[in-house]
Amino acid sequence: MLTLVRIQSCLASMPYIYFVANLLTEILPCGVLCIFCIPADIISTVEFNYSGELLATGDKGGRVVIFQREQESKNRPLSRGEYNVYSTFQSHEPEFDYLKSLEIEEKINKIRWLPQQNAAHFLLSTNDKTIKLWKISERDKRAEGYNLKDEDGRLRDPFRITTLRVPVLMPMDLMVEASPRRIFANAHTYHINSISVNSDHETYLSADDLRINLWHLEITDRSFNIVDIKPANMEELTEVITAAECHPHQCNVFVYSSSKGTIRLCDMRAAALCDRHSKFFEEPEDPSSRSFFSEIISSISDVKFSHSGRYMMTRDYLSVKVWDLNMENRPVETYQVHEYLRSKLCSLYENDCIFDKFECCWNGSDSAIMTGSYNNFFRMFDRNTRRDITLEASRENSKPRAMLKPRKVCTGGKRKKDEISVDSLDFNKKILHTAWHPKENVIAVAATNNLYIFQDKIN
Amino acid sequence: MSACTLVSVSTVLGCHSCFRVDMFSKGTKRKFSDDGGEMSDESLGGANVSSSYNLQRQSLLDMSLIKLQLCHMLVEPNLCRSVLIANTVRQIQEEMTHDGSWQAVTEAFCNGSQSPSERLVATEVLCRSREQDAEPKLFSVISYEGCREEEVVADETLCSVSVSDAASNVCLSESVGHCWETGELRVVESDEETSEGSRLGPGDDDDDDEDDEDEDEVDEEEESSREDSKSMGQVFGTFEIKNGSSGPDSALEELFSDVDASYYDLDTMLTGIQSAPKMGPYDLLDSLAPSHGPPSLGSPSNCRSDLNELDHIMEIIVGS
Repeated sequence: MLTLVRIQSCLASMPYIYFVANLLTEILPCGVLCIFCIPADIISTVEFNYSGELLATGDKGGRVVIFQREQESKNRPLSRGEYNVYSTFQSHEPEFDYLKSLEIEEKINKIRWLPQQNAAHFLLSTNDKTIKLWKISERDKRAEGYNLKDEDGRLRDPFRITTLRVPVLMPMDLMVEASPRRIFANAHTYHINSISVNSDHETYLSADDLRINLWHLEITDRSFNIVDIKPANMEELTEVITAAECHPHQCNVFVYSSSKGTIRLCDMRAAALCDRHSKFFEEPEDPSSRSFFSEIISSISDVKFSHSGRYMMTRDYLSVKVWDLNMENRPVETYQVHEYLRSKLCSLYENDCIFDKFECCWNGSDSAIMTGSYNNFFRMFDRNTRRDITLEASRENSKPRAMLKPRKVCTGGKRKKDEISVDSLDFNKKILHTAWHPKENVIAVAATNNLYIFQDKIN
Repeated sequence: MSACTLVSVSTVLGCHSCFRVDMFSKGTKRKFSDDGGEMSDESLGGANVSSSYNLQRQSLLDMSLIKLQLCHMLVEPNLCRSVLIANTVRQIQEEMTHDGSWQAVTEAFCNGSQSPSERLVATEVLCRSREQDAEPKLFSVISYEGCREEEVVADETLCSVSVSDAASNVCLSESVGHCWETGELRVVESDEETSEGSRLGPGDDDDDDEDDEDEDEVDEEEESSREDSKSMGQVFGTFEIKNGSSGPDSALEELFSDVDASYYDLDTMLTGIQSAPKMGPYDLLDSLAPSHGPPSLGSPSNCRSDLNELDHIMEIIVGS
């Protein structure tokens, strides 16, 4: 009941309605925790904060919705670990670029949390052109008993005051406010695809298709350009930056990936402009599997450092690769996400699905990785046991108290029961964005406009 | 280099509606008709062994070109996707060149529809590196089909600007980057303003490069434009006869006859100039009109519609 009330109070500020189903399960391995539906708006990014207490989602309409984990309480033992809506705000509005006569979409491309330093929470959210720093703060008390103004705010006539009193702090309904503290604009000609907070907690980088800029969180009117791969003659452009990330511990190191399947690690101590990489990661191409689509499917859509900082993971169209930062010539692990699509590349090229940018994520201990696929499937790989599992995020299969069944795609030959053939996969249902709780086995999966939160119950 | 040229043609082709229909109707008909397979086989010079591979490759090429041209003009197109598709097109084209099937495909499209001189001119105009003349032919021929007249008219009447060359230059010499470049140039100013502490220069470089390119191309192609004019002399000829005086000036006035004269009227009024001669070409045009008499040549209206097309193309070229 408490949950419903909480949701209702948020409804007033939201133009749409949330549907919340608390589906807990006692059965292993994966139980559905919550499903949130955000009608009419496709979720474009999902991110846990450093403690995992908050989960932020951005959508195509420029809105940010933050969920907060319920504290465990003795009164409601079953509500352990539920995520409820904590705050909603409009981060970006659609804009119009008058010089180019083009619209600038308000879609939130990325959200990154800042480490918490006081009671308030800070996050960076970005669309194609502008990055904003938001402060999310709680207010649960208000001062009452002012001398110079009434309870409703009207000023009192000073001459009518006969007594003085000290204002008292009275509890009030919890109010969560989000306010923009910094706006970092006009530094990117091309579309921003990544932002990453540095380990020094003072700077962050933002990357677009051709350039990477380094910002200071306090300074909005200038940034340093640290990578520029724009050729002097745009005719010669054959490669773009697809993702970038700061190293989790070394504040001078960052990596960026390209559309040609390469990753460059740069050290900011080497030069002001890091056009020359310190390390260059590329796996030599297998000549036997070369096709016209080889380059497209080798394009890296996401790069993530492990929490330890020793490894990094890259996602290309068909696989996930784990790289040891000390070895540049090949990855140490390769996981096939949906190899059965290799024979369908031409169709996927035709319907543009081959350009889908899937993300990937590590678990807290770097022992497992997760990424999305089509048909609302997502895959998890255990690095130690080399086991993998395919699960589906869908309402029909997420009944209360039912465990999630592993799914399997039939690649050819006789289709077994419960298997799905490649041709009946729905390529409109794609899971591009997933996030893993930094400490526990709780995952957030964005399936178009639904957010699924799953928990691994180990009882 | 020619690979880049090829891609550029095809990409920007889509910006010109007159090009698009011709190119794809031709390609589509050949591709999707019942005996399309056979035709392709014949046109490819009997590459029987890997004909299905060639078919697939050709359809992939067509698909890629369509993708490049369907720019969503409301929102900026995805640069990564465009780059990947352009690279794919280049890859296919290089392979086709090595195969030798490119030559055959070119000839197939050129069957009897183009005179040798025109093809030569087109090649000259397109090619930066003279070696691989074969490759651009296909697209140059296609792009010019049905629209050569307007371009040549523009070229001759504004020979100081070499407009048709400029048209081809803009189309051909700039690759996929053309779509990107226009945006890039326009944002140069805001770029420079805002990123103070960051590296300036990209904006400046862009401007300089753009200017250099245009100048080079105008020089190269001026010769070919003159050859152009001879083959299209008939169209040009009508101008001369109608105006009664040869030379570019009267043709120029003819050209601007479609421009909205009210703007200039206002301008004149504001500057307080009352005398008729200072109205410039528009007044002159009025005086010329009676001298035209009945459309004896049957061409003035055609020329006017041509000029409308021309204005449209001019706007695109100038980027206004």
